[in-house]
Amino acid sequence: MQTQQPPSRSFRNQLIRITDWFAFPLRASHYVELVNPLWTTHKMQAQVVKVWDETKDARTITLKPGTNWRLHRAGQHIRIGIPVEGRHYTRTYTISSAPERSDGLFTITVKAIDDGRVSRHIVRNIKVGDFLPVGLPQGDFYLPDASPIQPLFITAGSGITPAMSMLRSLIAQHRMPSTEHIHFAPHEFDVIFGKELRAMDAEQKYYHLHEVHTRKFGEDQHTDSHFSLEMLEQFCPDWRERDCYACGPASLLSALESTWEEAGISRRLHIERFMAEFAEVPADATGGKVTFARSGVEVDADSQMNLLRVAEEAGMNPPHGCRMGICHTCNTTLKSGCVRDLRSGEILNEAGAIVQTCVCAAAGDCELDL
Amino acid sequence: MATAKPLPVNLTDEQIDEFGREMDAIYDEVMASRGEKDRLYILRLIRTQRSMAFVGRMIIYASLFLLPPWGHALAGWGTTLVVMFLGVAMLGVAKILENMEIGHNILHAQWDWMKDPEIQSNTWEWDSMSPSDRWMHSHNVVHHTWTNVVGKDLDVGYGIMRVTPMQPWHVKYLLQPIYFVLLALLFEEGVALHEQAIVDVVEGKKSPKDAGLGPVMKRIGRKMWGQVRKDYIMWPLAGALVAVPLSFVVAVSPWQVFLLVAAANAIANIIRNVWAFVIIFCGHFPEGVYSFTEDQVEGESKGQWYMRQMLGSANITGGPLFHVLSGNLSHQIEHHLFPDMCSNRYPEVSPRVQALAARYGLPYNRASIWRQFGTTWLNNLRLSLPGGKLPPKVASA
Repeated sequence: MQTQQPPSRSFRNQLIRITDWFAFPLRASHYVELVNPLWTTHKMQAQVVKVWDETKDARTITLKPGTNWRLHRAGQHIRIGIPVEGRHYTRTYTISSAPERSDGLFTITVKAIDDGRVSRHIVRNIKVGDFLPVGLPQGDFYLPDASPIQPLFITAGSGITPAMSMLRSLIAQHRMPSTEHIHFAPHEFDVIFGKELRAMDAEQKYYHLHEVHTRKFGEDQHTDSHFSLEMLEQFCPDWRERDCYACGPASLLSALESTWEEAGISRRLHIERFMAEFAEVPADATGGKVTFARSGVEVDADSQMNLLRVAEEAGMNPPHGCRMGICHTCNTTLKSGCVRDLRSGEILNEAGAIVQTCVCAAAGDCELDL
Repeated sequence: MATAKPLPVNLTDEQIDEFGREMDAIYDEVMASRGEKDRLYILRLIRTQRSMAFVGRMIIYASLFLLPPWGHALAGWGTTLVVMFLGVAMLGVAKILENMEIGHNILHAQWDWMKDPEIQSNTWEWDSMSPSDRWMHSHNVVHHTWTNVVGKDLDVGYGIMRVTPMQPWHVKYLLQPIYFVLLALLFEEGVALHEQAIVDVVEGKKSPKDAGLGPVMKRIGRKMWGQVRKDYIMWPLAGALVAVPLSFVVAVSPWQVFLLVAAANAIANIIRNVWAFVIIFCGHFPEGVYSFTEDQVEGESKGQWYMRQMLGSANITGGPLFHVLSGNLSHQIEHHLFPDMCSNRYPEVSPRVQALAARYGLPYNRASIWRQFGTTWLNNLRLSLPGGKLPPKVASA
């Protein structure tokens, strides 16, 4: 992944500029990469130093980042590039380790989704020693630095990762506030970080874990334990006074949203979504002719397919990252016409508006600066 | 569909269409099978090439410690030049790999399917005087679309040579054996200046302003400056700077060091120039290669397009290493049939194309580098004079 160099006239940058003259049209960093890919400045990579199975289908990958790395804030995510069968994919994963880790490493914890080729590849095929391109930490899902809050974490499955980073960070800083944590997982041996969470619950005076198991052993059968107001009242009677940090599947998050909305305290609910939830496209929606102005490409598109795919199917390779509207790598500007944000259903029709091509579709003819 | 004037083959349009469908099938099959192995091939090749370039330059530096003034047992001009040539050869081969198997093929979008942000035709820049985006236009668009169409394909004689009797003779072609040698030596610069805009201005068809010459020359100039700065200023200068303190101990002159390194780099560039020239000229100009007129292309079908690419190109035989060093342009026919197929697959496609050509009774121009380059050179001499021999009216094998 490209890292943007701020245009600075510092001595170091001048030196890099001059050494780059030796490598033209490449940069000296391309040759440094031959010695150690972690020392490059033209892109950032991380090396896998350890893999560890958290559950039968979730794995923690410990990564050593390259020189230009910046520490994350607990709860933030990174973009990571994965080659699968020769093709490069980009995905976004939350960092599950605390920034306070003293060895400079960080971890991501990935659950293999049934039909997810990339996640399955990460969980099964990534080996110790592999180098993966990574982006810098991003995202606004983190705890406030100084102001004292009493968090309530509601997480499910691999949605535990940002909460885990936050909890580990709070423990490392010796400032664990009164914390309630409701976590949904299939069964007691299928809880990502289960052992560590239970140990925290036992050792940390102010941390209380409430595990909810949604499946029975040996059966592919759901119990009827899913989120409800009664459950919330039972585990955490003072939930209205707390700041809730939630991450999990869309169904859980929308249940939480309506609960907090009804209580009139939506601003106390902080949500991290990894699956963009799409609004329904109205039946009368039509696509149109999409013009990619800079590439000089014109194609017809329907009202459903995102513009990034439209561009790719037309043989272009525009910049992109998460493909779910999070990372904004694919941002471009609307030159004219009309597009629909597939998540909200909102129509963008002002020339100059920023369009995230991975979550927007044509709503009539449109022209993009790509 | 029929072209305004038929291609020189004894096949009906329906037969040519079927030929095209068979070609499409080969293409689709190979493109669908691309995967991790291909990715590792290009990544390893890039790593090898960069290591060779760096090590080559280091060997050139190391040879300077063998100059006679050092006075040790190995010191002397003989050893210096031998070791320096080793470095020059390595750098030359690295430049050949970079320009041909890596740069040329990436710029053909052969590796775009990987979606690797580092290896993309729209961002790749190569170690050549020619800015890659300018070259992509004159090569991918003009040459690969209008292959061997006299008057359309700039690569037919590059505007300075007569490579087919279909080009009318002109007195300037009397000197073309000299252009031939000059172009071989300065091929990189020739490619950079190989632009429709420049040709139009030189031929007096357009004014510099109408041809948009200014911006084009500025772009080429910037790229050339980067190349010159690297090979003829930075690397020689770094050597000379090291020589400055050393010159107090032994009698090595920093100026001499500067000139030696610059000369070594120049020879590496010339090695690459001559090699690229030889391989590329063997692609379209040996005996038996067809050129076409514009009315043979008008209304062309996909099958006819394939046919023209095959009749207009020639392969060179050789071993695996030779193919890599030629950027797989030794498979010029396959490259012209499938320009965006990753080049490491041409060797496996080649026998299939050859067999397909045989079944349709078509020639498949394939011979040793000696035959291909020999006939190219003889043609060049012959065509400097009026007249010349066209390939058979009907192409058959």
